[in-house]
Amino acid sequence: MQLDPEFLSRMQFAWVIGWHILLPAFTLGLASYIAFLEGAYALTKLPVFLNLSQFWLRIFAISFGMGVVTGIVMPFQFGTNWSRFSDAAGNVISPLLAYEGIVAFFLEATFLGVLLFGRKLVPPAMHFLAAVLVAVGTLASAFWILATNSWMQTPVGYEVIDGRYFPKNWFEIVFSPSFPFRFAHTVSAFYVTTAFVVLAVGAYTVRRGQSPAEGRLMLRLALWFLAIFVPLQIVLGDMHGLNTLAHQPAKLAAIEGLWDGGNGVPASIIGWPDQTAERNLGEIAIPNLGSLYLTHSWGGAVKGLKDFPPDQRAPVVIVYFSFRIMVGIGLLMLAMVATGLILLARKQLDRTQWYLRLCQFTGCLGFLAVIAGWTTTEVGRQPWTIYGLMRTADSVSPSLTGADVLLSLVLYVCVYLVIFPVGVSVMFRIVRRGPAASEEDSPIGSGRPKSPIEALGTPEGAR
Amino acid sequence: MQPLDLVPIWTTILALGVFFYVALDGFDLGVGMLYNFAPDRSARDLVMNSIAPIWDGNETWLILGSMGLLAAFPVAFAIIIPAVYFPVLLMLLALIFRGLSFEFRYRDAEHRTFWDHGFAAGSALAAFAQGVVLGAFIQGFAVQGRQFVGGSFDCFTPFSVFTGVALMFGYALLGAGWLVIKTEGALQDWARALGRRCLIGTVLGIGIVSLWTPYVDAHIAARWFSWPDIMYLSPVPLITAVLIWYAWQSLNDRSEYGPFFAALGLFVMSYIGIAISLWPMIVPGHFTIREAAASPSTQAFLLIGTLFLLPVILVYTAWSYWVFRGKVRADIGYH
Repeated sequence: MQLDPEFLSRMQFAWVIGWHILLPAFTLGLASYIAFLEGAYALTKLPVFLNLSQFWLRIFAISFGMGVVTGIVMPFQFGTNWSRFSDAAGNVISPLLAYEGIVAFFLEATFLGVLLFGRKLVPPAMHFLAAVLVAVGTLASAFWILATNSWMQTPVGYEVIDGRYFPKNWFEIVFSPSFPFRFAHTVSAFYVTTAFVVLAVGAYTVRRGQSPAEGRLMLRLALWFLAIFVPLQIVLGDMHGLNTLAHQPAKLAAIEGLWDGGNGVPASIIGWPDQTAERNLGEIAIPNLGSLYLTHSWGGAVKGLKDFPPDQRAPVVIVYFSFRIMVGIGLLMLAMVATGLILLARKQLDRTQWYLRLCQFTGCLGFLAVIAGWTTTEVGRQPWTIYGLMRTADSVSPSLTGADVLLSLVLYVCVYLVIFPVGVSVMFRIVRRGPAASEEDSPIGSGRPKSPIEALGTPEGAR
Repeated sequence: MQPLDLVPIWTTILALGVFFYVALDGFDLGVGMLYNFAPDRSARDLVMNSIAPIWDGNETWLILGSMGLLAAFPVAFAIIIPAVYFPVLLMLLALIFRGLSFEFRYRDAEHRTFWDHGFAAGSALAAFAQGVVLGAFIQGFAVQGRQFVGGSFDCFTPFSVFTGVALMFGYALLGAGWLVIKTEGALQDWARALGRRCLIGTVLGIGIVSLWTPYVDAHIAARWFSWPDIMYLSPVPLITAVLIWYAWQSLNDRSEYGPFFAALGLFVMSYIGIAISLWPMIVPGHFTIREAAASPSTQAFLLIGTLFLLPVILVYTAWSYWVFRGKVRADIGYH
């Protein structure tokens, strides 16, 4: 069998970005949540906010550290595996990536140190400011990396000279047509992801009954937050979809599983897209509904996959199903939030065991939806790295052999399969110890050990 | 109107960025390498705490360096990075292990020994891989047009493996200097003793690489040994010799800051030596900085923000070092 460096490079990119994106998906929301908790504590001086902030900071430190080390891998991928893309597009995308570094990463990294280690060393207001700046850093990071991605999806503001892309209008490049929608939809998705984790941990804490005040507060904060953000996210998703229809019609046709375009197109609910037969097998579809929600008119015109040459179509099966998984999860989330609000209104939230148990399981929903959504937009962009302009096949480094990339991919797989299970189990362990544990091991709490790190170092010690 | 030539500015910024990375992550990678030699666990805790609040910021310069290279000299990025495919891979995987050890050795205490070794070995491997990149860069790459066309293992040569080992000693020397600043008593004596060995290794490394370099590249030999260049270049080895003498003295007397800054001085001199040898090439033998430069618009767009943000970054980085100044304490953790 011939090893294909392009295919393996794509697998490698999917592997490293797929794991990496889970971390910002969590830390972006968590940073804002911690900043909120720190602010609430500064205003109210209620210990419950401090306990929660210290509790989540311990989880944040781990997830953020994992985000940093897996994130450093990412920009190097452009060079190691996609050097022709880097040469061709470097003049346009490099400042966006560099701005992510100088605006976001330094802010996050420096003030995270102060946030984690500086509570006793800096005044409380400065400590709160550090929390805010870390949160701002995570948002700035999302801004620039999504600006880069959006330009690759909907390129504008450039000119082509000798097959390379040069900037003409920086405002257009940064705020490319899909950027506002992608940014809003992604940030909102990350917030929802974090809130579902907080909901799960709150439910667990309430059920266990060890830190009831902290548990109840987590549940309520998460639920009210989600009551706003889940519906908002669905609206933003719809707007993002309409934007895709306007700017990436081939991707939208793959998402919809729509082969024959025209007026009054149906909505495919479920089926199996057959890329060679150019039709969906065993399909359930509703006539005219596709046009209705895509064009907001009964007979609106939508392009189908057959309007594009076969070599310009994305792998339809993957995009079709990843999109449906994302939407399905969104609806499930809506049902969870509605149920929770009803229970809250009836004052039964903290006693309804089945719902709390369910909340624990739905803690992972956001991550699944993020992966599904990211797959939809990235696989949907194929076969292009720069949509409609530069093919993925023309982007890969010419010097790489299939064996080279196979070796590096195997190493990435091995390392990630060590660090992610350890990281997740370590975070679960912190959750099991619960928010109350912060009182005994925090340098701020009453019972201050002589050397907390030493005491904590022994598994049978303070743990 | 002739647009302002930004290439010298970007060359300076990139050179400074790479140097900041080498100096800052250099000392904390060095601390990581020395970590497992610490006498006991409480000493190891202190050693790790001496860099725990700052390593993340230090490593951020690596991203700035790589993205700065892509932004200022895109074609150089597109040639050099695939040419050092495996050293970069090793460096990234090593940095993953090392970075996570900070948290995991506390949290995953059953496997503390594994993470302790991961921290030390990860630091060592990352330093070695960066040294291989440096050696490969000095040697040059097989280029056709605007792409690297050699093999992915071409970068591993006796010369580049040697520069890898030499850089490990250099980083360890910086790390020992940092530990002299941050510790006291017996632990500081330990750091000084290790520092002396690292200095011997570093001096041998600088010496042998300096003798070897003109043999791997005839252009460099011509530049070094032709008149009058040899006269202009002579201060470099002379200052280096003075710094070596001062590093040895300060490791042996009671100087707290001497060893670190002497080591830093040795890095500055080595860096200048390499820059003199390769100037004005950014891809040795193929692209000068001017030929590889990004479009003026790209340079200008990024420069606007950089000129504003870089000083801000330096100020708050300096502030965070100031917050964590003084001898390292065992109880700054949040765990």
